[in-house]
Amino acid sequence: MTFLSAPDAIGSDLPRRDGPAKVLGTAVYAYETPADGAAYVHPVQATIARGRITELDTTAAEALDGVAAVLTPATTERLASTDDRELAALQDEEVAFRGQVIALVVADSSETARHAASLVEVAYAQQAHDAELRADRDDLYAPEQVNPTFPTDTAEGDVEAALAAAEVTVQQTYTTAMNHNNPMEPHATTALWDPADGGSLTLWDSTQGVHPTRAALARVFGLDEQRIRVVCPYVGGGFGSKGQPHVNVVLAALAARALPGQPVRLALTRQQMFCLAGYRTPTILRCSLGADRDGTLTALAVDVVEQTSRIKEFAEQTGVPARIMYATANRRTTHRLAALDVPVPSWMRAPGECPGMFGPEVAMDELAERLGMDPIDLRVRNEPEVEPGSGKPFSSRNLVGCLREGAERFGWSRRDPRPGVRRRGAWLVGTGVAASTYPVNRMSQSTAVIRRVGDRYVAEIGAADLGTGTWTTLPQIAADALGVPVSRVEVRIGDTDYPMASVAGGSSGMTTWGSAVVEAARALRERYGNEPPDGAAASGSVGRPDDRYAMHAFGAQFAEAHIHTDTGEVRVPRLLGVFAAGRIINPRTARSQFIGGMTMGLSMALHESSVLDPRSGHVVNHDLAEYHITVNADVSEIEAYWLPEHDPHVNAMGSKGIGEIGIVGTAAAVSNAVWHACGVRVRDLPITLDKVLPALEEG
Amino acid sequence: MHTEITVRVDGAPRRLTVDTRTTLLDALRERLGVTSPKKGCDHGQCGACTVLSGGKRVLSCLTLAVTQDGARVTTAEGLAAEDTAPDERGPVDGDGRSPDDTDRHLHPVQRAFIDRDAFQCGYCTPGQVVSAVGMLREFARGWPSAVTEGGREPRLDHAEIAERMSGNLCRCAAYVNIVPAIQQAAAEAGTEVAG
Amino acid sequence: MRPFDYRSPADPAEAVRTVAGDPTAVFLGGGTNLVDHLKLGVVAPRLVVGVAGLLSTEVEELDSGTLRIGAGVSNSELAADPRVRERFPVLSQALLSGASGQLRNMATTGGNPLQRTRCVYFQDVTTPCNKRRPGSGCSALGGWTRNHAILGASEQCVAVHPSDMAVAMTALDAEVRVLGPDGERTVPFGALHRLPGDTPERDTVLGHGELITAIDLPALPIARRSAYRKVRDRASYAFALVSVAAAVEVRDGVITDARIAFGGVAHVPWRARRAEDVLRGSEVSDRRYRAAADAELADARPLDGLDGGNGFKIPLLRRTLAATLRDLVREGAR
Repeated sequence: MTFLSAPDAIGSDLPRRDGPAKVLGTAVYAYETPADGAAYVHPVQATIARGRITELDTTAAEALDGVAAVLTPATTERLASTDDRELAALQDEEVAFRGQVIALVVADSSETARHAASLVEVAYAQQAHDAELRADRDDLYAPEQVNPTFPTDTAEGDVEAALAAAEVTVQQTYTTAMNHNNPMEPHATTALWDPADGGSLTLWDSTQGVHPTRAALARVFGLDEQRIRVVCPYVGGGFGSKGQPHVNVVLAALAARALPGQPVRLALTRQQMFCLAGYRTPTILRCSLGADRDGTLTALAVDVVEQTSRIKEFAEQTGVPARIMYATANRRTTHRLAALDVPVPSWMRAPGECPGMFGPEVAMDELAERLGMDPIDLRVRNEPEVEPGSGKPFSSRNLVGCLREGAERFGWSRRDPRPGVRRRGAWLVGTGVAASTYPVNRMSQSTAVIRRVGDRYVAEIGAADLGTGTWTTLPQIAADALGVPVSRVEVRIGDTDYPMASVAGGSSGMTTWGSAVVEAARALRERYGNEPPDGAAASGSVGRPDDRYAMHAFGAQFAEAHIHTDTGEVRVPRLLGVFAAGRIINPRTARSQFIGGMTMGLSMALHESSVLDPRSGHVVNHDLAEYHITVNADVSEIEAYWLPEHDPHVNAMGSKGIGEIGIVGTAAAVSNAVWHACGVRVRDLPITLDKVLPALEEG
Repeated sequence: MHTEITVRVDGAPRRLTVDTRTTLLDALRERLGVTSPKKGCDHGQCGACTVLSGGKRVLSCLTLAVTQDGARVTTAEGLAAEDTAPDERGPVDGDGRSPDDTDRHLHPVQRAFIDRDAFQCGYCTPGQVVSAVGMLREFARGWPSAVTEGGREPRLDHAEIAERMSGNLCRCAAYVNIVPAIQQAAAEAGTEVAG
Repeated sequence: MRPFDYRSPADPAEAVRTVAGDPTAVFLGGGTNLVDHLKLGVVAPRLVVGVAGLLSTEVEELDSGTLRIGAGVSNSELAADPRVRERFPVLSQALLSGASGQLRNMATTGGNPLQRTRCVYFQDVTTPCNKRRPGSGCSALGGWTRNHAILGASEQCVAVHPSDMAVAMTALDAEVRVLGPDGERTVPFGALHRLPGDTPERDTVLGHGELITAIDLPALPIARRSAYRKVRDRASYAFALVSVAAAVEVRDGVITDARIAFGGVAHVPWRARRAEDVLRGSEVSDRRYRAAADAELADARPLDGLDGGNGFKIPLLRRTLAATLRDLVREGAR
């Protein structure tokens, strides 16, 4: 590609095209879609974690003035497919987790719908439930594969023998908490079933992928995809929770089909999101490292225990990053699941890598401590020549460069390795480092069409912008592919009326959609030359990846932690990340993605924990007052940098995905910094003051 | 139970009949089609619904509409008109091509948010900018915050802004861009900004 | 939310008569907690009586030197009042450590002390709770107790009072002026809230229809050297794990007088009189501060629970009190 060697728009620091609409609040999100006479939907939820509904009395609810319909398992249409039990809403009386939707009220106002929902009387035959994840459960099982299609276990060499023979070992258990994505925009849909001509369904849905959502709904309802349109120009955050359709969109469609011709609106409440919109499973990581005195790893094992739901399996690939990070002759990774009576876990920003880099990257710090070695040197020492496991060459791998550049910028060389010896006022001060990685994912299908309209070009593709910058960055790619100024390119995204696009997930968006746009531009130029006639159009699709190479982005994260000597309060006044993620399409939006990921990693490190009360199977802190995410005052300095990385193998743009890597490794860097500050190894997230307080009491 | 109220929303008097249960937020979004204030939590825990009522920043999700009869409510959409003289309003920044609202006038805080990329998904953003405008007025009145040193006049530094903006959650976590954006807007308005 | 009627009476007396006349009626002030509870179904009144516009929004200085704070004064205005900042820094700091700028603009002086516990089980109507539904049981026992009481709890309820302002008011010997169906009365702030005992459904000693019209802050020279220290799980916009309101008078290295109250540890803002007794006459030293805390915490009962329970609050409170006193004494010495 010519623009690869001489990009113009790519790499330009352009402000977001959707900026004015977003700062004014005029950008239209799903629930806000103009729709005259819309009805409002409110779900009724189960208050037991397992059992069967024996009675569901809707009399009082239906008697309320303004109630249009109450849908129950007895009155709801039979779905064409109930294979995905998460989406098989209101099909039977079984209750599989607390908070499951068991009825639906549709009314002329949101107040009435909610009130009526509270009037639905339910009786249950309750069964004993089981909602407690422990590593010593006797019913743990090995899934067939882990998300999305990785092998469950891997083994090379003899880990146990190598550990037994190792000069230095670290064998510890690390845990990450149950976390909820909590995008600021709740999962929401405006839906309309138009009964004309056999019926068609329009869903204005907050989704990371209009086409995947359409495909899922078509399957569930047994409708031809052409009868469903999904529209989503803006997504108020998703972080994976809007990547796969959850039951809310099925409920909206059911309500719409119950009221033909009338638009309906359904937004989950914040509390409902803790049951119905996916979450990151809690993980228990047993990490074993063996090394020679010089720091060469001789054994590396990560054995993962995590939960899934009894009705639908989601096996987070937590052990997967340990397969490629460091060189060693003896390596084992395993995943075991407990299937519990709990809501269905799903994607949350960097599934696999995010929790899976916590344990190992703290373990590396512990190993460095035992070896009396600098943690950066330890990582550099174990840098692999080729991708472990596959033996493929890396298309580019600049972990060492990130560590070195980060060390320089952070001032790492001045660091005294001893823990608990620095004090600034009332605070103990420490610093820590951890590595980051995230694969370069490319989805198999996506198509773009580029059309000449007047003196401009319009690119159409059903892609999504969840704040990631797609409205702004896709035109940059198209402009360079067409060889025109970016001001002459317009994109249209977020609608199944445009060509098929894959989900905005796995940091695959730019690689996948961008490649399709490049192909469309190439086709247009090939067919029509440099001045296509008005209306001329061409399409292009993403091609297959170059599977001769292992493709990953890498990064290094540095954290400074402060521990209050009296109270144990933990603050992180500084984070610094350096990433090697190929060519950066737009430095402004890219920086926002990096710092956003790092801040969410900080949030995971210090705050986030969904407290599931095993007695009820219920996340009891199910709101934003008690499920803490970072606030502005938790953050002071967060810097993100990137190396100029030229990778001709990943895609035509030379870019790697950047939406997720920022969160990977942050929590480990923070935990390592906390240890350096006060001498306490916190192996269980989040790092709250009660975990360091005992050491302060002793000290 | 319904009541008729009149609320001046972004400068225009709006007469409507509301259920006594209806919050100001739902009245704006579901009755009047004013969807600039967002619903993020509905319980005063996120700040996405922040509006100015009587010139002060408040949470519209915890305000019953029935209590707002005669009130003057400003959303992010109406900020520029409320807070800026017409000749001070600048043009839209950037390359001038956005999906919509290409020629809408922006408040200086809004322009600074675009300059500093102080948002990603945009859902918390209207609440952030309204909160920032309200916050700067509070600061101008000399109001202290939890991080103001005892007895001293507050300075508009990072810690002061971050603390005062902590009622506005941003899950995309644009915080480190939001603070400089607010400092930029404040400096443009002649407020002394500390590093 | 059940439908309700809304009225905005002409004056406080009419508001009191209106609420007193309907056992389900409630006053609506700033709304920051009531509207929350209406949505959650924690309360289901048939009548809501708006009082926001009826109550004084002035902070008035009486001849006695007392500051009379109208119940309608917002938390923000009160925290910013120069007299409060100068004479009662503990109160200004407590107010500013609570909630967010937006909420402080809405919340009122009269409403803040009457906000209800943030116990997650109290707020979830699908779980048993003796405070919400007497006799149904306490879900917090054996559950998530991180934010629960270590002092003064009962078998029926282990919830804590969430207000920061109230902790300061308790330490400052404020007085609550109340208008009720039978006329006006004054309640010492420290006697406003009650321990749960066997009737956790009652947070305060106020009867139905009683309305707080003002809070009096008597002149208290010791309060000029006072501070509020709140410890919480994030840097802002979170309820206290523990908090300390403290005022001290020091002469020649000896503490001659002290006012101490704790937040986040009991069903009431906890006046720490035993700690005060230990401090009076003590030399200034960390050892004495810890002894004062230990005296107050002698009857503390930590709770087991998910994520390790709340036993950490005992050392945390001891250390926080010591730190607060240390800083106050040091500041005064400057």
